[in-house]
Amino acid sequence: MVLIVLVLSSVRRAHIRVEYSVSWLLASVALLVLSLNPGLIERAAYAFGITYAPVALLLIAGAAFLLVFFRISVIISKLKDDNIALAQRLAIVEYHQRNTQ
Amino acid sequence: MSDSGLTPATGQRMLVLVPAFNEEGAIARVVESIRREVPGVPVIVVDDCSIDTTIQEARGAGAHVLCLPHHLGLGGCVQTGYKLAFELGYEYVIRVDGDGQHDPRDIPRILAALRSSGCEMAIGSRFVEESSDHTSISRSLGIHLFRAVLRPILGKPVHDPTSGFVGVNRRALAVFSKSFPLEYPEIETLVVLQRKAFTFVEVPCRFHPRTTGRSSITPLKSIYYIVHVLLGVLINVLKYEGGARRGVRGK
Repeated sequence: MVLIVLVLSSVRRAHIRVEYSVSWLLASVALLVLSLNPGLIERAAYAFGITYAPVALLLIAGAAFLLVFFRISVIISKLKDDNIALAQRLAIVEYHQRNTQ
Repeated sequence: MSDSGLTPATGQRMLVLVPAFNEEGAIARVVESIRREVPGVPVIVVDDCSIDTTIQEARGAGAHVLCLPHHLGLGGCVQTGYKLAFELGYEYVIRVDGDGQHDPRDIPRILAALRSSGCEMAIGSRFVEESSDHTSISRSLGIHLFRAVLRPILGKPVHDPTSGFVGVNRRALAVFSKSFPLEYPEIETLVVLQRKAFTFVEVPCRFHPRTTGRSSITPLKSIYYIVHVLLGVLINVLKYEGGARRGVRGK
């Protein structure tokens, strides 16, 4: 619940873009639903062959966050590539500008 | 394209590219010796956001200077020079490091090898004819490892896979200006060449020990370097372009 409030608050203050808040919101809502429905966790634990249900919740939370972190790594990689291309273009444009003055 | 002062003059088809980061102690000497050995050939120093007087020293020595707005690392720095050279229509670009380790007297040999062999890349090698006294033990071990890794991939031996003293022709420029390894580019570049069915030739060259500044590869970074490069090689092998590889291999 705290995570949901934090994400929504961050989106409202423009600290995080809406498209990047979706992963966090999905993950936090999924965890909230599982936390409020012990039966779901027990069924999930049974499906994974885990005898102690809370461990299943931890595993699912861990997996969800790993997926979110991986998505963030993909986004950062793309941003870095774009940033390098922009820096190179800026350097070349500035070079031409300096030499045509 | 506007006249930038670097537009190739009639008959002038070669550019010397010098990537530099905090090389104020060596860059002027490097540029001056290049201009002395290959007079009339434009020299461009790509400054990777140095915090010292590299830019002023390079300009004072007569080089054109391309200033990056922030630090990109060696690969990004070299690629910027390749992009500019490609856009300006150069046929050949010879890369000479800004720390003074490469001997500009060998530039004509690298150019001649590029022209006569038809290869896309000519590598200035310190090991083709004899071993070098200027290589540290750790670097030497790394070179042996990378030789062993690259041998089956390239289908031919490469004596000095970590050499940054390289010349490329316009076909390679076209590829590298679009895609170039951004960190530790030398070894991955060879695999990229292989993927494109491009070829390379090694040219025996003189190398000098670094006299100023520090190498970008410290002992602590060595392990990261090896893992990073091996991963980069693996990724490039996985990008295998089957059709392209049917071209001519190793000359």
